Amino acid sequence: MSRSRLDIAAALPARLDRKLVRDLLAIRLQALAIALVVAAGVAVLVVSAGMLDSLRETRSAYYDRYRFADVWAPVVRAPDSIAADIHQLDGVAQIQTRVRQPVLFDMPGLSAPASGVFLSVPETGLPTVNRIHLTEGRRPREGQRDEIVLLDGFARAHGLAIGDSVTATIRGGRETFRVVGFALSPEFVYAIAPGQLVPDDRLFGVGWMGRDALEQAADSAGAFNEAALILQPGANERAVIDALDRLLAPWGAPGAYGREDHISDAFVSSEINQLGTMASLLPPVFLLVAAFLVNVVLTRLIAMERAQIGLLKAFGYHSRDVVWHYTKFALVIGAVGLAIGVGGGSWLGRQMAGMYVEYYHFPFLLFELPASVYAASLGVTLLAVGGGAVLAGLRAARLSPAEAMRPSPPPDYSRALGAAIARWKRFDQQSRMILRHTLRWPARAAFTMAGVAISVGLLASSMYFLDATRAMIDAHFYLSNRQDVTVSLVEPRPRAALHAIARMPGVLTAEPVRYAPARLRHAGHEERMALTGAPAEARLSRMIDSDGNPVTAPPGSIVLSRDIAASLGVEPGDRIEVEITEGNRPVFELAIANVATTLIGSGAIMEIGDLNRLLGEDALISGAWLRVDPERTDALYTQLKAAPAIAEVSLQNEAREQFETLMDEGMGTSIYIYTIFAGMIAVGVVYNSVRISFSEREHELAVLRVLGFTRGEVAYVLLGEIALLTLIALPLGCLMGAGLAWYFAQAMSSDLFRLPFIINPATFGYSALVVLIVALSSGLMVRARLNRLDMVAALKTGD
Amino acid sequence: MRSDPSTTQSDASGQPACFTTRDLTRVFGEGSTEVRALRGVELDIPSGEIVVLLGASGSGKSTLLNILGGLDRASGGEFEFRGRDMTRISDTELTRFRRDHVGFVFQFYNLMPSLTARENVELVTEIAANPMPALDALDLVGLADRADHFPAEMSGGEQQRVAIARAIAKRPEVMLCDEPTGALDSVTGVRVLQALERVNQELGSTILLITHNASVAGMAHRVITLADGQIRETRTNESRVEPEALNW
Ligand SMILES: Nc1ncnc2c1ncn2[C@@H]1O[C@H](COP(=O)(O)OP(=O)(O)O)[C@@H](O)[C@H]1O
Ligand SMILES: [Mg+2]
Repeated sequence: MSRSRLDIAAALPARLDRKLVRDLLAIRLQALAIALVVAAGVAVLVVSAGMLDSLRETRSAYYDRYRFADVWAPVVRAPDSIAADIHQLDGVAQIQTRVRQPVLFDMPGLSAPASGVFLSVPETGLPTVNRIHLTEGRRPREGQRDEIVLLDGFARAHGLAIGDSVTATIRGGRETFRVVGFALSPEFVYAIAPGQLVPDDRLFGVGWMGRDALEQAADSAGAFNEAALILQPGANERAVIDALDRLLAPWGAPGAYGREDHISDAFVSSEINQLGTMASLLPPVFLLVAAFLVNVVLTRLIAMERAQIGLLKAFGYHSRDVVWHYTKFALVIGAVGLAIGVGGGSWLGRQMAGMYVEYYHFPFLLFELPASVYAASLGVTLLAVGGGAVLAGLRAARLSPAEAMRPSPPPDYSRALGAAIARWKRFDQQSRMILRHTLRWPARAAFTMAGVAISVGLLASSMYFLDATRAMIDAHFYLSNRQDVTVSLVEPRPRAALHAIARMPGVLTAEPVRYAPARLRHAGHEERMALTGAPAEARLSRMIDSDGNPVTAPPGSIVLSRDIAASLGVEPGDRIEVEITEGNRPVFELAIANVATTLIGSGAIMEIGDLNRLLGEDALISGAWLRVDPERTDALYTQLKAAPAIAEVSLQNEAREQFETLMDEGMGTSIYIYTIFAGMIAVGVVYNSVRISFSEREHELAVLRVLGFTRGEVAYVLLGEIALLTLIALPLGCLMGAGLAWYFAQAMSSDLFRLPFIINPATFGYSALVVLIVALSSGLMVRARLNRLDMVAALKTGD
Repeated sequence: MRSDPSTTQSDASGQPACFTTRDLTRVFGEGSTEVRALRGVELDIPSGEIVVLLGASGSGKSTLLNILGGLDRASGGEFEFRGRDMTRISDTELTRFRRDHVGFVFQFYNLMPSLTARENVELVTEIAANPMPALDALDLVGLADRADHFPAEMSGGEQQRVAIARAIAKRPEVMLCDEPTGALDSVTGVRVLQALERVNQELGSTILLITHNASVAGMAHRVITLADGQIRETRTNESRVEPEALNW
């Protein structure tokens, strides 16, 4: 082993290069640890950038190829002839009218009703907007009324095969269809039922049918109820939407909307943006840490080479040779780190992108690392390792050869703070050595502590995401939305419908809810959302203030979720304008009663009677929240599936589980990766600190062994210092983790959800534990060296 | 613990010899790089003597001293300390041996720079079985007044005397000194030797002293000369010279 190493060195031409190789091999574990820190920093950058870039590219290519709409314009019912008028509007490139019909599926093996939507496709030819990607089978044939293409995810979740039949309730009538194909669609990257938070492949399905067949089933011959548009490049979306709204107002248009209000795209974009935020926040932190650590470690490493440098200079090497030698030394380490980081990072980035692509059901994956990522990795590595090496090399080269070769005089402890310790009689001498050494070299101690603290901080702040998600889910599902089932009616019904629902089997409590699509305006800002009317004393679904108490809106006022209040720029007491976009479209003003903490989704809630009054209607409801007897859900679901007035049923338990899976698979994966990198940094830093401390004190430790100290006693002098510094650093690390977590909480919140700043104490515990384990194993590795200390060799040098 | 009496020499007082070696060898490296530092050393060192080891550089003096002090292990042969076989004991027992019985002084002082003179001595007295107060040890080497100074604040001779104080504070049965005056000028060198002489007289410690300076042999009871890893000559001094009278 040692012979083959020497051979590598001997094969090199220049003497210094042989020394380089031998030196590097001598500290190969340390060099590897530094390289790992560099690699971790670089890999985080490459993974994030690569994955993000590829996700964005893939999404946009997918949208382009399948002609994903820019704008959707729903109407109650409009004659086909309007299509030509829409096409004439400024900025419209393509238009496709279609019929969209909500349905309830009755799936065998699933007692709960699955809601869904049927969409028409032209009888002949492909749609001009919103095409589908067939994964299996074929499109419906012209004139075949019972043929249907199902959303791939839904079909697979139910184990359907081509040729199977499915039964659905459309406008109160049960019909059976034959499945002829499975498809993906850019409109349903996330297949989310309207008003739902999360996709559930089993509980929400999409079917595509021929236009004639769907017109007949939906009873809308010669009419459409949705137009999907692609805009001309550079068109003003806002202007097109306004024009559309004016054009379609006579046909009962609740308002056209763009991609940002399209639920699937909003979801995908928000997730990708979130990954983007993570990708822009974490890599710089990691890289900075890596750069800092590498610098300090190299500086210390080179400082120990003093005598060697004197020798080199005595042999006639120039200062610049010395500087260049150590720069090469650092560059080799940097190059190894860079190679591991870029190689591992792009592999991992591709894996992760592939995973996300599968998760999003994109039909293909584009993966290419932008050149800028390589450039950034290279630049940062150069700065991190090169800077440190040049500085340390310069300092070393400044020594005169004679000075450098003379054994350095004993370091002077007399003026150090530690001199005072002489008076503390209770300390044994080893403890004195530990304390004085720490106080004599505060910068070194600070470095070790910083390394440990940063590792703990990075770990804790990575793991914080999991805590925040947990807290968010708990708050949403156990505090705010405590219903088991949400039922939506096809259209608003009198209060009697609530009693009918309440009498269904297994229903324990039923609370009425009224939804009305609205536009909220304040000082030039506009938000489109559904106003929720609920009883003031609602026990099931409610809004919660920052203290965890339910908040209610007195008549004439409204409670907004914090995100909506923020984007409208309002506070409690302010007044906003509300325009309802259905029925006779009343416009009115409301006071902001309160602002609620809504972690998932957004909300605008008022008293249901108040909303009914403002809408100029009797006590109508759009649905109900139910608490149900878990023993009797099957009977309830059977009734709900068969009830013609019910458009949609959503199950809270399923939603929560889906949301958890979503968080796990989406953000979670990235977080696990970041946690692993934080762990790598911990290993790199702590091992190096311990190892360098050992090298610096090797002589002293050998002398202690000569004096008759046991291995354990000697280990105490070395590891006691590390333990002391680690113990001081742990709380600092926790503080730092909390700070980073706070920052992430601010920076990561999206339309979809907001991360609360809540850190589970166990997160600190785990982070500290990981670092302690790393420190302990580093200690044990060095302890093995302690056992092999060469006492005789130590005595031959003065030092 | 006593081994075969036939191999164990006793001195005049009937005590077992301090050190006895039989055919002691030490080989470094192997094959073409093999160095035979000791080639069968036969040695009997009675308790309570000052023994000076002379010999050319590379003759094996340090190697021998290191083995006797339990810092290194022989490659072959026997070695006893006070009749106790030392070649087959465990590392832990060797550590105990150094801790309880041996005081070392080297050319380099090897003090802990982070401890004051007194603390350097206390480092050893804290773990010794029957130590003297640290200040007494410093007093023996004439440094009681510098007890609270750090090594960086002391001259080379002073540091070496602290090292001696550290070695004697445990009242060692043997003091092993490898060129203790090697880095010192003659005046300080003499003070260091005086300190050793005092330790021998007042504590009765056996002292093994390696030196390059043949005149130091004048203060020894016994002078052993090594050559090529073997003992070439052993002689006892009829009359000993006081350290201050040595012709430096
Ligand atoms: N650790 C070692 N490895 C290899 N050879 C050694 C080692 N220590 C000593 N030697 C060799 O053993 C011989 C005796 O060395 P040493 O005992 O130090 O001599 P002295 O102290 O008399 O000058 C020398 O040739 C020396 O090079
Ligand atoms: Mg020697």
